Amino acid sequence: MSDLINLTAKEINSGIVGKKFKATEVMQAFLDQISTKDKCLNSFISLNDKAIEQAKIIDDKVASGSDIGILGGVPVAIKDMLCTKGLKTTAGSKMLENFIPPYSATVVNKLEASGAIVIGKCNQDEFAMGSSNETSYFGACKNPWDTDYVPGGSSGGSAVAVSARMAPISIGTDTGGSIRQPASFCGVVGVKPTYGRVSRYGIVAFASSLDQAGPFSRTIEDSTLVLESICGQDKYDSTTSDASVEPWSTGLSDKVGVLKVGLPKEYFEGTLDVDVKRSIDIAKDSLKEMGCEFVEVSIPHTKYSVPIYYIIATSEASSNLARYDGVRFGHRANFDDKPAADLIDFYCRNRGEGFGTEVKRRITLGTFTLSSGYYDAYYKKACQVRNLLKQDFEKSFKSCDIILSPVTTTPAFKIGARISDPIAMYKNDIFTTSTNLAGLPGLSLPVTLSKDKLPIGVQLTAAAFNESKLLQVAHQMEQLISFKEKPSNV
Amino acid sequence: MFSDWTPVIGLEIHAQLNTKSKIFCNDSTTFGKGDNQNISPLSLGMPGALPVVNKMAIENSIKTGLALNSEIRRKSVFSRKNYFYPDLPKGYQISQFDEPICEGGFVDFYIEDEKIRVGITRAHMEEDAGKSTHHGDYSLINLNRAGIPLLEIVSEPDIKSSAHAAEYARTVRQILQYLDVCDGNLEEGSLRCDCNVSVMKNGATEFGTRVEIKNINSFRFVEKAIDYEISRQIEVLESGGEIFQETRLFDSTKNKTYAMRKKEQAHDYRFFPDPDLLPVIISEEWIEKVKSTLPELPMDMAERFQVEYKIPKYDALVLTQEKELAAYFEEVAKSSDNAKSASNWVMVELQRELNDKKLNIESSPVSSDRLAQLIKLIDTKVISGKIAKNVFSIMLVEDKNPDVIIKEQGLVQISDSGAIEKMVDDVIAASPNQVEQYRAGKDKLFGYFVGQIMKASKGQANPEMINKLLKEKLK
Repeated sequence: MSDLINLTAKEINSGIVGKKFKATEVMQAFLDQISTKDKCLNSFISLNDKAIEQAKIIDDKVASGSDIGILGGVPVAIKDMLCTKGLKTTAGSKMLENFIPPYSATVVNKLEASGAIVIGKCNQDEFAMGSSNETSYFGACKNPWDTDYVPGGSSGGSAVAVSARMAPISIGTDTGGSIRQPASFCGVVGVKPTYGRVSRYGIVAFASSLDQAGPFSRTIEDSTLVLESICGQDKYDSTTSDASVEPWSTGLSDKVGVLKVGLPKEYFEGTLDVDVKRSIDIAKDSLKEMGCEFVEVSIPHTKYSVPIYYIIATSEASSNLARYDGVRFGHRANFDDKPAADLIDFYCRNRGEGFGTEVKRRITLGTFTLSSGYYDAYYKKACQVRNLLKQDFEKSFKSCDIILSPVTTTPAFKIGARISDPIAMYKNDIFTTSTNLAGLPGLSLPVTLSKDKLPIGVQLTAAAFNESKLLQVAHQMEQLISFKEKPSNV
Repeated sequence: MFSDWTPVIGLEIHAQLNTKSKIFCNDSTTFGKGDNQNISPLSLGMPGALPVVNKMAIENSIKTGLALNSEIRRKSVFSRKNYFYPDLPKGYQISQFDEPICEGGFVDFYIEDEKIRVGITRAHMEEDAGKSTHHGDYSLINLNRAGIPLLEIVSEPDIKSSAHAAEYARTVRQILQYLDVCDGNLEEGSLRCDCNVSVMKNGATEFGTRVEIKNINSFRFVEKAIDYEISRQIEVLESGGEIFQETRLFDSTKNKTYAMRKKEQAHDYRFFPDPDLLPVIISEEWIEKVKSTLPELPMDMAERFQVEYKIPKYDALVLTQEKELAAYFEEVAKSSDNAKSASNWVMVELQRELNDKKLNIESSPVSSDRLAQLIKLIDTKVISGKIAKNVFSIMLVEDKNPDVIIKEQGLVQISDSGAIEKMVDDVIAASPNQVEQYRAGKDKLFGYFVGQIMKASKGQANPEMINKLLKEKLK
């Protein structure tokens, strides 16, 4: 049954419906793969011990001829940022090491309503703060293409799970590139939908105005199926949009016509990494073959995107993470031996022990940028520049239909290479953060391997709520590029 | 009163808005449930729980703003007020900062015969925090209140005295109750009143350092707390001391305020717009719709009562203190067709009874309809005013119509001229000395004869007829 783990979500679903194999067999195959591969890769923090039981229910439904849903019987790995009722949700932090939520995120509910089965919870940077999955309290997750390398982050575990065939699909969250960057580093598809497409209810908040959940998969079609399942307005999240969710998967092969592909000149200034440049060339060739035209566009405020991203994201995070105080849930220091001197001491010890270095650094930054006397110069100014950046994109989308760009400046880097240099780590987010700041949909599509045999993806960005075009173009490029490589040891 | 010093007073009234559920989630707002019963992931500040604003809370705020003559902002914004406290589950309170729902406005009220106007700076929506209780070496937290919708009404610092402050607060409560947006219960905490007090030298242009007094749970205490605070500040300043910006609590048993915590400049709440909530957009249509549902407000009602029912201003103000009392009065006035009498009965006899029994008008033992019947029985001379008081006291304890009581007790007024004439004759015959003295010019004795006849008739003889017949016979 080892072939089962190489199937796509769509193939798994139709195989179960067509009674070629059972949901329980599929689930067991992926669980077996996890038990052999994940000791080394460390992509899961916890597994769902009811997964087989839940697969059995799908099999019963098939036997009785009932509908099992578009993702019926498909295992899905969930980033540990998303609350799963009764299943530990840690956000990669000691703070929530033993937190079992009494509710599920809307995304999880929707996936389950489509028949998907949660296989386990994925490793990630602590509270999604990181670009390498090295800040996780549960240890670094490793890149299956070469375990000396990082898988990217913050949704590293979710990318690795799909790349190493431990799940056909997974869910990550993307605040400044946390889906697209690990997708590129691990050679899988990763999609960040338009802000407001996917409910944030039940997802541990990092930066509320930027966070958006999205899928990882090995094909655009699988990601499309997941998006159809998880998108849509949610009465529990006021920031979700009422924009209609179309059946994108049925239109993936429709002719796109003569599309204009925008190339932002600011992204291509200076010398690009040779491997990155080659990935762009391959992508351009496929687009040419599809009959697309290229136009130069300009996003003049690009140079500010990393600084304003880190101001806005850390400001919101400093407030979002205030709830982890050890009063009602989460880590509480041992006060039996040494009682708290006062309330401040109580908070300092709970939070001091519960949070890791990167999280503390960002809380400190955000507290500073929101503080009286600095608010106008930092937070408010950053919000103003964010609006300008948004306008840059709006203007660009008047002259093009889709934007092509690199995902990152380089392919995956080695574990430990940047962890002690936060600025170098933050700069890595140059191509991805502006998409979140502008609230746009974007994805990473695997294209080729670098000279070090590490995968590289390219980024496509569309106008807000134009997932339809984004997915169509990516799907057709995927057919032409035909990236079939997989990590050698899986 | 304070010779060289002018007090500067401003009030912050926190009104709990009448809604079934909390401001940002579905938890019930019912008071008096067991500890931590009205809670959910949002009230607990759990990861990923998101706020969704309660439309009713917005509508009640619009209503209040219109009644306070405020400008309703077409776009208002919820902001986060960040601070750590164990009963603040999220580590921030969702409030409104620089774009509150209501701006400007004023409230009018009377002190004696003078119309006083207090300006409103703003009114903003916010969520309440939970409640901590401290027990020696541990504390307990009840989050039932966390997320209860509040409207904080901030007055201008233009209140001149403690009496004005208390009357302003009473008037605001009266308006909130008329609007049915807040039950105004100070004991249950659904209305809370913080007073900002400072003093400055007469004629000074700059305000003194302001002190905030919290924990005041009655309007009487508003007055006492402010009076104490003004005297304290003057005393400190006159003896060369300095007033610190701080929060003080009022101790009603000692009639004193004492320092709770210093509110130094150090407290930085790091306000910023809550990214989980969209700005509140209020359309013209919505405002117009709310406007059309606004009830008559107390001040307007008092003016109408004076015109429509020809009752004195004082009566009109007393009767409109509570909406239910005003409605009761109107029913009695309309059904009895005698507003003056209705006003007297409601304000004197009925209010005395309600005050004695600590009842509110809704639980009055005498319905407005029965009180109107009683007044009609007086006006049609079935009973005298004096008998009516007896009948009324029976109505308070027995659930019967006044005419039934009159019949049962044989209290119908005697208006049979023959019967009255006989009584008059009998009294005159039995009092030869008094008759002689009266006829000799001692007019005062007239009352004696009336009294005797009333006694003989057990108070039931028609007093007008007695007067008429007596006068004729004593000539």
